[in-house]
Formats: sequence, structure tokens, C-alpha cells
Amino acid sequence: MILLPVLLPAAAAVAAFFIRAHPPRRFLLVGVAGTHSALVGWIWIEPSRFPPLGAWMALDSLGALFLGITSLLFLVVSLYAVGFLRRESGSTASDPEEGFLFENTPEALFTACLLGFLSAMTLVTASRHFGLLWVAIEATTLVSAPLIYYHRHHRSLEAAWKYLLLCSVGIAVALLGTYFIAAAVPHGAGGITILTFDQLIEHASQLDVRWLKAAFLLLLVGYGTKMGLAPLHAWLPDAHSEAPPVVSALLSGALLNCAFLAILRILSVCAAAGLGQFGRQILLVFGLASMGVAAGLIIGQADYKRMLAYSSVEHMGILAVGIGLGGTGDWGALFHAVNHSLTKAALFLLAGNILAAYGTKKSGEVEGALRRIPFTGALWIAGFFAILGAPPFGAFTSELAILRAAVSSGSWAVVVLYSLLLAAVFAGMIGVLVRMAQGGSPMEARGGALAMGGQGAGAGGSVVAPRRKEPVLAVAAPMMLLLLSGGLGIFVPGFLNRALQQAALLLGI
Amino acid sequence: MTLWIEAFLVLLMITSLWLLGSSRLLSCIAAVSVQGVLLGALPLLLGIDAPPWRLLLQAGVSFGLKGIAFPLLLLRAVRSVDARREMEPLVGYSLSLLIGVALLSGSLAVGVRMPLPSPGTPPLLVPAAMFTALTGLFVIVGRRSAIVQALGYLAMENGIAAFGMAIAEQEPLLVEMGTLLDAFVAVFVMGITIFHINREFDSIDAVRLSTLKDSP
Repeated sequence: MILLPVLLPAAAAVAAFFIRAHPPRRFLLVGVAGTHSALVGWIWIEPSRFPPLGAWMALDSLGALFLGITSLLFLVVSLYAVGFLRRESGSTASDPEEGFLFENTPEALFTACLLGFLSAMTLVTASRHFGLLWVAIEATTLVSAPLIYYHRHHRSLEAAWKYLLLCSVGIAVALLGTYFIAAAVPHGAGGITILTFDQLIEHASQLDVRWLKAAFLLLLVGYGTKMGLAPLHAWLPDAHSEAPPVVSALLSGALLNCAFLAILRILSVCAAAGLGQFGRQILLVFGLASMGVAAGLIIGQADYKRMLAYSSVEHMGILAVGIGLGGTGDWGALFHAVNHSLTKAALFLLAGNILAAYGTKKSGEVEGALRRIPFTGALWIAGFFAILGAPPFGAFTSELAILRAAVSSGSWAVVVLYSLLLAAVFAGMIGVLVRMAQGGSPMEARGGALAMGGQGAGAGGSVVAPRRKEPVLAVAAPMMLLLLSGGLGIFVPGFLNRALQQAALLLGI
Repeated sequence: MTLWIEAFLVLLMITSLWLLGSSRLLSCIAAVSVQGVLLGALPLLLGIDAPPWRLLLQAGVSFGLKGIAFPLLLLRAVRSVDARREMEPLVGYSLSLLIGVALLSGSLAVGVRMPLPSPGTPPLLVPAAMFTALTGLFVIVGRRSAIVQALGYLAMENGIAAFGMAIAEQEPLLVEMGTLLDAFVAVFVMGITIFHINREFDSIDAVRLSTLKDSP
């Protein structure tokens, strides 16, 4: 039974590859996404119906939490994808920024990779064996590289190559780390034969601490590359800015979480072996470094998609800080992962709408979004406030919980640094937001510059900016995500809170 | 037997130096190919306690993929772009070799001190594995050509696989599955990407891939 959510999208991916007509393939995408979510919902309600598969696969509360986020996100994104593919899936398109012509990846391949991506991420959340976990994360890299190269031109190719090379090196380092865990198991120790989490945690006291420490560091570097922790984040802004909105949303909202989950898995083994504090302190340092690097690059960032990507680096840093502090920080970090996924995915989808309307990724050239594309503009404002941790959105609660953990840990340096960096990012992003949302109509203000930009400005000459028609799905999908994010800020449902608390318990001390 | 193992491990290290020092792409491919062959022989020599068919399978797959298939794939890529030589590496060849020697002594110093849990592993195995992996990493960073970067990745993978031999007795399945799957699929995808890079830029120079950056 537990194999079902992994195999279903994998089988659908193969099928999608061979379906020639567009409508049934798009129907398959949404149908599989819906079925997957229904299955995951069933897992949440009746976990006993999904017994573990040997010692290799099972869903504990930590895995189920991340599977829930991934599945929900994929469902909403697949709705957006239907509209997106209907608009974009043509033979050739023109690049909005440089004006050259390019082709898109065939839709069948793109859909197959999307479904394969879902299957691989599900496997990440369900695996209870370090080898299997590694294979699953490797698989996510390989199926997502073609997704980034959806627009077949030189910039997205560069992004895909960097992503592939950096993440492959990261994953190779993680493999070495996985071998190191095996080396930490004493020879001939009673019964530890396979690298399952349960066995390792049960026999944690027998593990060789030196090898385990080295393994933690290697896995942190390896999976941290994938998670986007500074200074290993180099692939992230390029991949997120060049990928189509659907893919950026999934990368940021689901994939980064999967890598984070892998790090949490090794942390829980370390905690059982008495190395919990060692691991958490390193995570704290990586987290603060990521927040710092991201804050530095967000301030003055001219490209709004790159800005969102750096914001992801910042939020991964916040997650690492939360776990690094422990206590309420664990709960805060896990809850923050939920909030960040919902909000950031919505923002990337909205960024896709803005890019389609204005034909530029430069935030300086986008003005008056509230007038030109009112629905997207309004949601864009709401999303920015949500990601910056303003009430009433969920991120406010989770960032506050992490701050409380910092205060109770008594290290004032962390408290000050954490608050300062949050404030710096707030200041850096809010200015851009005001410029993009408000301002005169783009025609009046920068008519000349835009007209030169080609396509985007359209048949210029009219003084009043025409209000663009916004596709229903392109607005509805991010709106759903933001409503959820707002709802979580006001009220955390009981079942979610229980799941978060149980998951936090699994991390150990 | 031990003599043979040591000889093979020394050869493994020499191929890494070979990769570091050669400018001709064909020579680099040959170095990595020889590495694959050596790696294929290792499980047979080490006297791992496993059924013989399994060892033969592991040796055969490693030999076939890393020794023959990948090099041929990359060879085709070289032919198609008519690039015979890496013209201007980011780090020069003499300096690369010097760095290689430094890496080698570093790996020897560290590798000898880390005791492996399973007794009877040859003392040179961990240093040789570490050195090969580090060389691969260095080649990825220090060379421009996408093909050589892919070769560096293969070398890194080879080093990790060699380390995996040390724990193959405890985790046989993990070792085989991990290394082969990783190398196979990653190189396959990289090969396709190189093909696209070549078509897009008429070159396999990864330094041309530098338009994406933070513009103020």
C-alpha cells in the first residue's frame, strides 16, 4: 500500500510520455495529482492502512508532514500548469528579454518529468533507509534538470548545467557520507546489518562517534547543496530564475524541503548517539550564514525572480536556525517549512503571471501592477507580506516561535542577528514591492524603454495602460495557496499541530 | 594477493595524476577509462566475503560501464565538436600536478589514521579512494570544458566507489546500487546536456555559461 503513492505517479509519467494528444495528458496530470493528494489524505487519517514495507519504507509523522506539503503543492501547481501549458505549449516562442526565438521542451516530456518528480519526492519522504533516501534524492535531481531546461535557450541551459553539476557533486558527497555511516557501524556488532533509521537509532550507542561526525558533516554539505544553504546555494538563483513558474514553485516549495528532511534524518541518528548538540550547533551556523548571505543579495536585487530565489535561501536559513536552537525552535522550523512552501510557491506562480504581462524580470521595469493586472497585483502584495512574516500569515507565528526559542536559549547574539537579518530582508523587499505594485501606468512612465523591449509593451501608443485579461487558473492557484497560508496564521488545526509536535519529538535532543 | 591489491591501488592513484596532467581530451578520457577498469578488478581482488556471482556481476558492470561505455559516450561528444585539447584551463597543468601531489600527501596522512571497522582492509584503500575523489572534485572546479568536468565527476564517483569497497561486506547492496545508479544516470544526463550545450554554443566551453549573475 505504501508503494502506491510512489508508483502511481511513476506509472503515469511513463504513460504521459506516450500520450500524443494534449488534452488527455493534461487531464492525466491533474487526475494523478488529485488522486495522490487523496491518498496522502487517507494516510493522514488512517496511517494503519499503510503498513511499513519491510524496514525500508514507512511514513512516520515527519515524513507524512513533508509528504502532505509536497502533495498539496503539486495538486495546486498542476492546476496552474494546465493553464500555463495551454498558453505556452507552442512550437516556437520569443524570449521576452532578449527577443530571440526558441523552442519549448515537448509537452509530453515535460509532463512526464513533472510526474516523475512527484514520484521521486514521495519516495524521499517515505524512505527509512539511508541508501534508499539517497537514491530518491538523486532521482529528484535527474528528473528536475530537464524541467529547468523547459525553455530551450542558452540561459536556461546554463542554469540546468549548473544545477546538474553542483547537485550531482553534492549528491556524490552525500553518498560518501552514507558510506561513512556504514563505516561507523562497528564490525560484527549485534544485528546492525542495514542502514535503516530504526536500527541505527536503536543501536546508536555502539556507533563510532568519529565516523558518525564525519558522516553528518558530509551529508550536511551534500544535501545542504540541494537545500540551498549558503555558501552552497550557487545553483539556486539561476535555476529558479530561468525555470518556468510551475517548476520554480515546485523546486522552492517541495524539493528544498525534501533535502531538509534528509538532513533531519541524519540529525535524529546523531541525537540518539549523543551528538545532537554538535549537529544543531553546526546547523545554527549554516542557518545564520544563509540568512546573512541572502539578506545581502536581496537588498538591491534588480531581478524579482532572483529575489524570490534568494528569499528561499533566507528561509532555508531560518529553518536551519530553528532546528539549531531546538526546543520550540523545532516546532517553529517545521511549521515554518509548511508556511514557506505555501507562500513561496504562490509567489513564484504570480511571478510567472507578471513575467507574462510585462515581459521583463527586472523589477524596475514593472510598475503599476495593481492597475494593469489587478488580481495578480493584489495577491503579489499579500504574498510579499506573507513571506516577510507579517501577521496574519502563518510565517509570522513560526518566525516568532523561532525567535522565542532563541530568547530562551539565552544566546543574545543569535537573537540580535536573527532579528536584524529579518528586518534587513523586510526593508529590502518592501521597497521593491511598492515600486512594482504602485506607480503610474507603465506606458506613461517608461513607454520608450518598454516599447524597445519588444513584445511586452504590445501595440504601444495609448496613454492609459490597458488592463490585461488574467487567466482564471493563473490567479486561482496562487490564491488558494495564500488563503491557506493566511488561514494557518489565524488558526492551526488540531491535527496539524499534533503532527508537528510528534514530528518535532522524532528529532530528539 | 596483497601485493596485487597494493599495486592496483597505486595504479589508481597514478591514473588520477594522469587525468590532472593531460591537456588532450582523448588522454583524459583514457585515464578515466583505465580507472574504471581498475575499479572493476578491485572487488575480485579484495577477497570480499560475498557470493562469487555477485562479485563477478559488480566487476563486470563496473568494467563495462565505467571502463567502456562512458568513455565511448564522451569520445563521441569529443568527435562531434572537433575539440581535441582543453586550451586554457583555469588552473595550469603544472600547478594542477603540484596541487595533485599536495592532495596525495594529504590523503595519505589522513587516510592512514582513520581506522576502518572491518579488519583486513588494505591500508592504501582509504587514501587511494580519497585522493581519487578529491582529484575529481578539483578537475570539476579547475577546468573549463564541460566534457572534462563530466570526466572529473566520473573520477570523483570512482573514488567514492573505491571507498565503498571497504564497507562492501557490511552493505553490499547499498554499495553496488548506489555507485552504479549514480554514475550511470548522472553521466547519461550530463552527456545529453553536453550535447545541447554543444548545439547551442558551438562549443563545450563551460565558461561561456556565465550570463547568469546578479546584476546590480
